Amino acid sequence: MTALVGLLVVVPMLAAAIGFVAGERQWVRDILTVGTLAGATAIAGILLAHVESEGTVVLRVGDWDPELGIVLVVDLMAALVLLVAMATILVVQLFAIGQRRTAWGADPQLSGPLLLVLTSGVVLAFLTGDLFTLFVAFELILVSSYVLLTHQGRRGQIRSGMTYVAMNLFASTLFLVGLAVVYASTGTVNLALLAERIPELDDPLRWGIGLWFLVVFGTKAAIFPLFSWLPDSYPTAPTTITAVFAGLLTKIGVYVLIRFHVLTGMDDLGPLILTLAALTMVIGVAGALAQDDVKRILSFHIISQIGYMLMGLGLFTLAGIAGAIVFLVHHIPVKTVLFLVGGLIEEREGTSALDKIGGLAQRQPLLAVLFALPALSLAGIPPFSGFVAKLALVDAGIEKVVVPIVVIALANSVLTLVSMVKIWTGVFWGSGDDESATPIRILRPGHRLMVGATAVALVASLAIAASFGPLWELGERAAADLLDPSAYIQAVMS
Amino acid sequence: MSVTLALVVGGLTSVGVYLMTSRSLTRMLLGFALLGHAAVLALLAAGGEAGERPISGDAPVAELSDPLPQAFALTAIVISFGLTLFLLALARRQAQLTGDDLVEDDLEDRRIALETEAEGHDA
Repeated sequence: MTALVGLLVVVPMLAAAIGFVAGERQWVRDILTVGTLAGATAIAGILLAHVESEGTVVLRVGDWDPELGIVLVVDLMAALVLLVAMATILVVQLFAIGQRRTAWGADPQLSGPLLLVLTSGVVLAFLTGDLFTLFVAFELILVSSYVLLTHQGRRGQIRSGMTYVAMNLFASTLFLVGLAVVYASTGTVNLALLAERIPELDDPLRWGIGLWFLVVFGTKAAIFPLFSWLPDSYPTAPTTITAVFAGLLTKIGVYVLIRFHVLTGMDDLGPLILTLAALTMVIGVAGALAQDDVKRILSFHIISQIGYMLMGLGLFTLAGIAGAIVFLVHHIPVKTVLFLVGGLIEEREGTSALDKIGGLAQRQPLLAVLFALPALSLAGIPPFSGFVAKLALVDAGIEKVVVPIVVIALANSVLTLVSMVKIWTGVFWGSGDDESATPIRILRPGHRLMVGATAVALVASLAIAASFGPLWELGERAAADLLDPSAYIQAVMS
Repeated sequence: MSVTLALVVGGLTSVGVYLMTSRSLTRMLLGFALLGHAAVLALLAAGGEAGERPISGDAPVAELSDPLPQAFALTAIVISFGLTLFLLALARRQAQLTGDDLVEDDLEDRRIALETEAEGHDA
């Protein structure tokens, strides 16, 4: 099993390297990217099954003592999120292959291999057992995301790319300084050892470390007030890239926030995190209501949804953290589908501005269905996955009697629905302009692949709702492992 | 941790943050370079007292300096080197497009703000 864990990190890197030098031979790149991602998804599935029955898998790279060397730890939470993430990247890559020859597509020579570098970073970020490797994983993800975001060199991309790079570079520098503080005060960066040593530190120092990393990971996760880079930069990138970023990148921030703060027992920060969660939800949705472009509305929704995950973390109870994990799993495919549909709309209509589109439901009923289902799920309408995930969080909030956050979370759902209706009426209803009266273009073969990939992702997100019972059970077990880190510590150190 | 090192880290950070808040990408880049140096020095300071050469030397273990933060620092230096190059490329592209390297406003955002203002006047 440990060999598989190593492969997950190394193979995407190697494939990316070959992809970069493959030159004009596009089929080589396609086989490499799709093959690698399909393989990674399969391995993630095997790992999840194994971890679920046998317990945590630990890989010590180079067989070093965990106090000094790099360890990769696959526990239940990591395996669960990893599977969803790998499957999502695979679907998006299929969509990208379909979209290739349109004006909206990313440069295939760069985007395929870079997506693999990003994948490698994502795997590393989920599995790493120490803070420094986490830093390296973040850098891997960020460097490839910088290039993916700006490689077309359009004016808007360069402008928003600057904000994106500056914010994230600053957060990375803070991360390094935080690492220095952690190392100076505990003598280690290994998460298992930190889970033992940080709770023993003096309160001011402990809170300082907790707050510092709340800022660092919070910038990656786009929580209030550190989100300004997100709604600006995401909509400018090609669809496939935005879809991966929207589905995954901020969620990695949330993931490490949950992992680090729960493992090191930062319960004292709970009220602060809950306050930030409420502000993130409300301001994200308020921003979405003000926008009138499909991609920008969806980008603001990423922020508001981050608030829900943060709410689960802020409760610091078993149900809360399980809720946050399950919400994370539900959110990744749903958000990705919505952005892919945004891409299909953009490709069909040549724009994603609400006032320039209309009546798409008549001309493209399939597209309307593809949008409506995940949109309802995002707003939390039963029986979709968004409903059960939100219900779990609200339930956890009521259990701990934190009324304000529950009220805000519920009110926020309504506002989410309102802005989804805004997209719906803007894009799918109405008569549309005269130009669209022309018959539908002949569909290119690529178009089928794009719609197919979107549909597959949608079916996956519906499957999450259908299998919510077992998923919730997994979430609870993962949360229990985090709250009582003794099993984690034992698995890593022994 | 030596006072000199702490002062140098502090000085680099303050100058770095000042430069980083600039609208010009070249200044921002210099700011990030200085901030990166500050972070690397902080990592070095986290290693404690300087001692004998680790790994390749033959001094007793108690007298060695801690090699781990140095390894961190090296990795961080390599990464920040690459990112500096990327920022330079970005600044060059911006200069090609607009003639300078200033960060532009978010146009969509400005538009929505103006619309809201106009609506306010109507009411």
